[in-house]
Amino acid sequence: MENHSLALNHVFHALADPTRRSVIARLGRGSASIKDLAEPFGLGLPSFLKHIKVLELSGLIASEKVGRVRTCTLKRENLSAAEKWFEQQRLAWQSRYDNLDDLLTNLKGEESEN
Amino acid sequence: MKTDALFDFLVDKEKSTITIQRKFAARRQLVWDCYTKSELLDRWFAPKPLTTKTRSMDFREGGHWLYAMVEPSGQEYWGRMDYQTIRPIDHYTALDGFCDDTGALNPALPRSTWNVTFLDAGTQTRVETVVSYASAEALEQVIQMGLQDGLTSTLERLDELLATLS
Repeated sequence: MENHSLALNHVFHALADPTRRSVIARLGRGSASIKDLAEPFGLGLPSFLKHIKVLELSGLIASEKVGRVRTCTLKRENLSAAEKWFEQQRLAWQSRYDNLDDLLTNLKGEESEN
Repeated sequence: MKTDALFDFLVDKEKSTITIQRKFAARRQLVWDCYTKSELLDRWFAPKPLTTKTRSMDFREGGHWLYAMVEPSGQEYWGRMDYQTIRPIDHYTALDGFCDDTGALNPALPRSTWNVTFLDAGTQTRVETVVSYASAEALEQVIQMGLQDGLTSTLERLDELLATLS
């Protein structure tokens, strides 16, 4: 249980960052070398490697070094049922609150017209 | 891309709680109204692409809101929110549960407690919602149901999210 909640925290932390989400999305289309992954972000290699480290800790990706090239792979199976459910809940709340933002904007508009 | 106004979503598996924090660009009375008047709840409560439909609303301690979240296909998912304590415009607690369209609760499924707090944040309002389940088993049961239920299939799935983020 404790290990599970630890992994869960790592997964949320991993998915909280836009760079890391992009890396995950890119790896969803197939494995890639760290050099290729880093290229679109314009980050220095050390900063980029920190992101890779976080993703590896979460268990969402794995990397393997062959010769001088380190290749990363997405580990879809490590998103457990509970993690998927929590992620769905997070997205649902986000969507619900985006609706509320829009409603509040409309209501404030109606108020100032009166 | 829309920036999330301090959107925070925390899961505590040990306590079986989910805590959601969010800031809104409106004063507290207006945000409170959006949470407590059914004609306003109908305009935001269900996540896209679902919509909200109210059958009845009795916002007082001991009263309840009977509502459905409706899929574009017309499929309805009924719920009722039983209000326990109400402190306008600071705080309310409620019991959320799955039911049918008459409001009869599904006894097989655990209910969750909502603890909702509204705070001034300058000219804005911060809302904290703590959703608690009675036990880890209760939470597990809801997860199992949620993953089989059609409702979640209409919400963005993680795989789809991953496919669109690039």
